[in-house]
Amino acid sequence: MEQAELRQWEHRCIQEESPQCAAACPLHVDARECCSLLAARRIDKAWAVLAKTMPLPGVLARICDGPCKTACLRKDVGGAIEMESLERFLATSAKPSKPPRPLPRNGKSVAVIGGGMTGLCAAWEIARKGFAVTVYCVAPDVGAALPEGALEGELEAMDRMGVTLERGVESSPELVEAQLEEMDAVFVDSDAVAASVLNFGEPDEVTLGTNRLGLFASRSGEKSPVFQAAAGRRAANSIMRFCQGVSMVKSRELEGPYDTRLYTNLTGVDAVAPVPVGGGYDESRAVEEAARCLKCECMECVKGCVYLKHYKQYPKVYVRQVYNNEAIVRGTRQANRMINSCMLCGLCETVCPEDFAMGEVCLEARRNMIGKGTMPPSAHEFALRDMAFADGGKCALARHAPGADSSEYVFFPGCQLTATDPGGAERAYADLRNRLGRVGLILRCCGAPARWSGRESLFGESLAELKAAWEGLGFPRIIAACPSCIKTLREAMPEAEIVSHWSVLSALGLPENARRDGGTLAVNDPCAAREDGAMRSDVRGLLDSLGVSVVEPYYTGELTQCCGYGGLLNAVDPALGATAAKARADAVNEDYVTYCAMCREMIARTGKRAMHLYDLLYPGGAEPCARPTLGHSERRENRVRLREKLLRELWSEADGVTAEDFEKVRVSCTEEGAAAMESRRILKSDVQKVLLQAERSGKHLVHGGTGRFLASFRPAVVTYWVEYESDGDGYLVHNAWCHRMHIEGAQP
Amino acid sequence: MSVIKVPGAGADGWKCGHCDREMVMKPVELTYLNSLFNVELPVCPECGYVLIPEALALGKMHQVEQLLEDK
Repeated sequence: MEQAELRQWEHRCIQEESPQCAAACPLHVDARECCSLLAARRIDKAWAVLAKTMPLPGVLARICDGPCKTACLRKDVGGAIEMESLERFLATSAKPSKPPRPLPRNGKSVAVIGGGMTGLCAAWEIARKGFAVTVYCVAPDVGAALPEGALEGELEAMDRMGVTLERGVESSPELVEAQLEEMDAVFVDSDAVAASVLNFGEPDEVTLGTNRLGLFASRSGEKSPVFQAAAGRRAANSIMRFCQGVSMVKSRELEGPYDTRLYTNLTGVDAVAPVPVGGGYDESRAVEEAARCLKCECMECVKGCVYLKHYKQYPKVYVRQVYNNEAIVRGTRQANRMINSCMLCGLCETVCPEDFAMGEVCLEARRNMIGKGTMPPSAHEFALRDMAFADGGKCALARHAPGADSSEYVFFPGCQLTATDPGGAERAYADLRNRLGRVGLILRCCGAPARWSGRESLFGESLAELKAAWEGLGFPRIIAACPSCIKTLREAMPEAEIVSHWSVLSALGLPENARRDGGTLAVNDPCAAREDGAMRSDVRGLLDSLGVSVVEPYYTGELTQCCGYGGLLNAVDPALGATAAKARADAVNEDYVTYCAMCREMIARTGKRAMHLYDLLYPGGAEPCARPTLGHSERRENRVRLREKLLRELWSEADGVTAEDFEKVRVSCTEEGAAAMESRRILKSDVQKVLLQAERSGKHLVHGGTGRFLASFRPAVVTYWVEYESDGDGYLVHNAWCHRMHIEGAQP
Repeated sequence: MSVIKVPGAGADGWKCGHCDREMVMKPVELTYLNSLFNVELPVCPECGYVLIPEALALGKMHQVEQLLEDK
């Protein structure tokens, strides 16, 4: 990622934008932070937030007129936070804060003429910047009644900051002239001086500069104490720029109130009225009022995504981590797992007011890692091996319909549907042939795993084979059932007409044997259907025809959530994948119906009752939700058996694929053995290879206590260990484990 | 190179079935992604069959693999 791209992405994420209150306040007081601390009864800390930002906080906090209230998002859900009253409470109740420590003296001096709120605040702010400041006034007067000692306290603080207060001095044009001669700059508080002084025209709105070089002045008539204070701060900024000889106008957009892009969703926020102020808040009522603050933030994407939540930050932080990860030449790349865990489902982009696409960031990072050779070898290997298997001779198939020599359509059920419900796929194919005639069949993978893993060249190879198969059938229209296949193929094969099985069925009507017993089901849209409103509506139409009354989860339609399989999350971080599936499962009380094979597997594995739409359209006899979820090996075997069965029964062909020697090793597993294999992603075929190697070499270990055997073999890049015993003419597997490290000079 | 000794990496009752010999602890070279480690592991003194116990494979060894993959 280039730095410019990083900046663009960072700019899109608005989570760190100012809340509306701070943006509307001309001093940018962080009312959100102040309320947060006060709600937690951290009174001195809450006061420190005010004192850090406000000039003369002991005065201003008591007379602040709260311009933040018109911007406060609470105003539409109960009423704006009573910020001025909270400020008054803090000013009287918190431990007084120390005055800010000014910057080191810069050797320059400034005169402030007029001791009103604006002049005093200007003096405060100018002194903070390291100037020697002298205030000339008859008497300091902020124009409001204050508790005894409040103003005096702040004047003492100013004294400590190095401000000299000259009382009893009448303002006059002569005084201004004399100070302009003597000082580096002069500021006039226009509302606190004699009218005769105001002979310099209207000060500039941005710089408060006048037609006299070095003379700055507030614009008269400002009644709001906070805006008066802000004018003082603006003057301080101008005087510093003037004395440093830098631009007077550049980058001053964020002085004074500004527009913030922060978006805060108020859905689900209950209206709560303000705590009555009465004669002023006591502690418990102030805390209660502060607790009404919505603590405005965006986090729209994080709310709906288990993955974004898991890493505890938000996209602005993540994209920086992705950038840094790529920049590392020597050392540990900390974000590899994070990059490889995104489900690439697009929900964040859909909900983000600025279209931040975490999936795009992560997929591009994966492609870069592949390009640089820094992708962890283990990350996607298992999923890609499964894809290769689905595309290999034991599973892949392309045929015209039995007895036909051309195809008008070709059915493309996808590798996961054939793996999890081969019977359903077979019945669906029969139904399509019955009703549409010349429907060919292609069994293989669409290449989505290669694309998700960032391997564009592998994806290209897989696609080329798929295209060759399709061309061999004479470019028929493709009927695809899997939403991920449909999305992938529509993007990659624009020359092909790809229709969803669901839209075909919407046109043809329900299959003859469909279950029409209705009931209530929650519909789960797969993430691949996020942008396919037509497919989602076809599915709902079919459910309606089946007599099902449909319940929609909170995240549904284009806002649907991924089941945890997308983007290969489940391959990279199975625990997080399971968490995503669980979140989806827990979103509704009803049984789920979905139209993606892996959504059904992921959700059903959590224990939630879930069915695939095929379970209703092409039922296999069992109760729809009762179809078991399958392990990795069973899913592979289902594909192989489906191909063999169809070849034999429909085309009267032998499968033509020779069984390999290891496949003849007869293996069964104890429950523990099977569980270990499944969670460690060890296939039955891997175990068979180990056992065949042990048979052939005669080499294995034996346990003195249990009498069990232990053998290992490394067929490719992973070494598998199998603990087993002989079981008649085969083996019973008790346990299995694996590692990627290679043992040099020992067993193969 | 110093030999790494991993606690819990003993033979734990396993012996070589082929040679009928007790395993002995010996330095074994393990490699992954251009890194080489010399680890003391149970080895058949006769045929050199090496045992990688389950706890080692899924524990320390897995951690090191992950670390090397992120290097």
